Amino acid sequence: MILWGRMRKLAFGLAPLSAALLLSGCDWAVLNPKGPIADGNSTLLVDSVAIMLVIVVPTIVATLAAAWWYRASNTRAHYLPDFEYSGQLELIVWAIPLLTIMLLGGVTWIGAHDLDPAVPIVSKEEPLNIQVVSLDWKWLFIYPDQHVASVDRLVVPAGVPIRFALTSGSVMTAFFVPQLGSMIYTMNRMTTHLNLLADDPGTFRGLATQISGDGFASMHFEVVAKTAPEFYDWLGQTRATGDELTPERYIELSKQSVVPAPFTFRAVADGLFDKILDQTLPPGPGPIAETNSGAAARMGK
Amino acid sequence: MFGKLTWGAIPFDQPIPLFAGAIVIVVIVGVLAFITIKGWIPYLWSEWVTSVDHKHIGIMYVTLAAVMLIRGFIDAIMMRSQQAIAFQSQGYLPPEHYNQIFSAHGTIMIFFVAMPFVIGLMNFVLPLQLGVRDVAFPTLNSVSFWLTATGVLLVNISLVVGEFSKTGWLPFPPLSELAYSPGVGVDYYLWGVQIAGVGTLMTGVNFVTTILKIHAPGMTYMRMPVFCWTSLATNLLIVAAFPVLTATLAMLTLDRYLGFHFFTNEAGGNVMMFMNLIWIWGHPEVYILVLPAFGVFSEVVSTFSRKPLFGYRSMVMATMAICIIAYTVWLHHFFTMGAGPNVNAVFGIASMIIAVPTGVKIFNWLFTMYGGRIVYATPMLWSVGFMVTFVIGGLTGVLVAVVPADFMLHNSLFQVAHFHNVIIGGVLFGMFAGYTYWFPKAFGFRLHEGWGKAAFWCWFIGFYLAFMPLYVVGLMGMTRRMQHYDVPEWRPWLLVAELGAVVVLAGILCQVAQLVVSIRHREELRDVTGDPWMGRSLEWSTASPPPAFNFAVLPVVEDRDDYWRRQRLAERGLGPTAEPVYKAIEMPRNSPTGFICAFFASFGGFGMIWQIWWLVIVAIVGAFATFVVFAWRDRTEYEIPAEEVARIDRANRRARGEAVANAEALT
Repeated sequence: MILWGRMRKLAFGLAPLSAALLLSGCDWAVLNPKGPIADGNSTLLVDSVAIMLVIVVPTIVATLAAAWWYRASNTRAHYLPDFEYSGQLELIVWAIPLLTIMLLGGVTWIGAHDLDPAVPIVSKEEPLNIQVVSLDWKWLFIYPDQHVASVDRLVVPAGVPIRFALTSGSVMTAFFVPQLGSMIYTMNRMTTHLNLLADDPGTFRGLATQISGDGFASMHFEVVAKTAPEFYDWLGQTRATGDELTPERYIELSKQSVVPAPFTFRAVADGLFDKILDQTLPPGPGPIAETNSGAAARMGK
Repeated sequence: MFGKLTWGAIPFDQPIPLFAGAIVIVVIVGVLAFITIKGWIPYLWSEWVTSVDHKHIGIMYVTLAAVMLIRGFIDAIMMRSQQAIAFQSQGYLPPEHYNQIFSAHGTIMIFFVAMPFVIGLMNFVLPLQLGVRDVAFPTLNSVSFWLTATGVLLVNISLVVGEFSKTGWLPFPPLSELAYSPGVGVDYYLWGVQIAGVGTLMTGVNFVTTILKIHAPGMTYMRMPVFCWTSLATNLLIVAAFPVLTATLAMLTLDRYLGFHFFTNEAGGNVMMFMNLIWIWGHPEVYILVLPAFGVFSEVVSTFSRKPLFGYRSMVMATMAICIIAYTVWLHHFFTMGAGPNVNAVFGIASMIIAVPTGVKIFNWLFTMYGGRIVYATPMLWSVGFMVTFVIGGLTGVLVAVVPADFMLHNSLFQVAHFHNVIIGGVLFGMFAGYTYWFPKAFGFRLHEGWGKAAFWCWFIGFYLAFMPLYVVGLMGMTRRMQHYDVPEWRPWLLVAELGAVVVLAGILCQVAQLVVSIRHREELRDVTGDPWMGRSLEWSTASPPPAFNFAVLPVVEDRDDYWRRQRLAERGLGPTAEPVYKAIEMPRNSPTGFICAFFASFGGFGMIWQIWWLVIVAIVGAFATFVVFAWRDRTEYEIPAEEVARIDRANRRARGEAVANAEALT
């Protein structure tokens, strides 16, 4: 009876996990890659789980079996009150996890090198440079070679490697597009490098994954991969509308706020990213005086 | 006069904390009034508050952990409810409140539930298992406990006076710096954790000394129960890791109070230095918590399988291996920093290597059950539940050490599910097993089995319901700490998780009921022999509850599982049954030093948080004066006369003899 109860719970517990492995439906963003990096990441993820299940499942079954068979009320089970050591068993006990970990360690070593986010993606296409600045609580995407910028919407050509340089104009957070792969931190005064590629046109969800203050939950963005002609159309339209991203405008943008809808800048001041990086342009100012007097006093201001 | 503190600090405009705070204050005042009316204050003062008895301190630690578990759980269920509701809406908690709740939940669960629970069990059990009368530094032990209580007090005051940190359970800069967190929330965190951390460090020093230097005659290292070994490993980790935490938090404090630039955005501050330092403490902390739980399982599985532990030497080796490797893996908490493939791969593989000794432990428990006669008392149920659950947590843990997989799962709810999988399924199940296992030793009666089993099943099922869906939403790309979201696919899973939290609540209620029912029916559940489970180690050889001096005569240990061996010899009429020669015993005198130190530390911490400088000065002078008075004391011990020792021990011998006779009469 107890065993059945336990087995049912176990089956229920494992069901989502095993389902995750079998299923790559469109809901499961991490397991539904739309580019080579995400593909590499999630393949390694699934393979590692499979390798481990080979010993984890028998271990769970053996535990439950031993727990059931050797119950005190089972008169058929043999009792070995002095069984406390066996050299052969000890060898097996150490060898099984050790061999598994050696295998997985190899997988990790190769995977970490193959999927190093800083390594450029090999492609016939000329890569596109994009500079990413995380702000409170929005994402600024600068296209340095095209001299335009976009807030909370990242538009990229499909099939073209994207070379990201990332920094933070405020607190530390992390840049992540689950279907394209490889999360990376954005940190003030530091540049991190990331290379991604979207195989086909489509729209993906991007988000901040490190708590960055009150507006954190709204700090997501849309990634739109377009065909090359569509992308150039978008560039043309962007150059024709909107404001210019001047240092003054950037300082305004760096104040804490959630932007209601994505928007673009038709031009960007030269070297803006470097000025953010070396803090010629100051980091975001953080919370500005509270309007609620009770809250302000509570915060000791 | 009162620094930054004004009436505005009380959240009159926010009903939830105000109401919660009011209830807490009413309950505390009610309990104090009840105690005063009943005239219990002198008893509480002399037997508990000023006690330096490791058993009493252990019980107070566990009580503190249990109360804080309820506080932390309320935070948890509020978070689950917020995420169940806040689909395309703001839910019922605004971000500034929600962020405080997840920060408080993590801080409380790690520092004020898991730590005191673990330390409480070690306190109670270690000297008994080692066959000695107390820990190495009894008064220091009391100071440790009361400083932990100070931390608890400060964190809970933040509920009604001011605010708590909104930066997560670890205050990552620059978000936690003055520029981005100008309120007192981070200061509450810093001083609460810092003061409690000093207490923990002193515990570490105390217990390392106890285990290495204070043994019953013949209790060599390789005869110590595995719980003593895992405790040794844990306390070595505490001694080496907690100073790092203290220093890191001190640097952040300097940034916030004196305008230093260790971790600030500007003037050369470096975020990653904080990340490295905090995880150099933070990863060993994981093993500080889980190793004593492994110790509990080793005791429980062996006792209830009616067999010695399989592979004792392997267990010891595995424990010490974990203790050392625990220091070489901290970077796996931030692979996404972009440190380069060599660094990431080395730390990833190092992290996986810890799975080897851990796997060995699982197999050894399995082989301990093999050929056993397993009695399913509640502690054993927790142990089997742990083995099954922890293996899954181990799998996902190794998975996130695979660097490219971590690039997809870092900071996601998958990660949250993983560490709850190992902390609930490992640490908490272990603590509950230990609580049920040693409760009769502490109080002289067993806990009610029916309610205990009900609690286990609710926790077990509730855990799976609450956290398996979080693995799924993590794979769907949901990150942690989201106050609201707008992805419809996530919602059904979050509703299931909410249901899981409700089932866990039922488990907690069962545990409360278990305690109440057990106290009411204590005469039926009475354990007169001191050995209700057919135990194997020395704590079962003395009375329940043990006398102040633990053992009338220090046991002479000749083998592993010495008490079990002697019982078997006695059954065959081979054991020494003659009464020993009783001598007077010297025990440490009680001291209010810990309580008074903590009293000043509480005001000192509060003064620092609100920048009430005169209060800080008064507190420092007061605490120092307390120390001086203690250091100059003349009498440190009192003597229990030989007749008293003899009277207590004879009563226990008689009870045991009668119980054995009764058992024989029945068969």
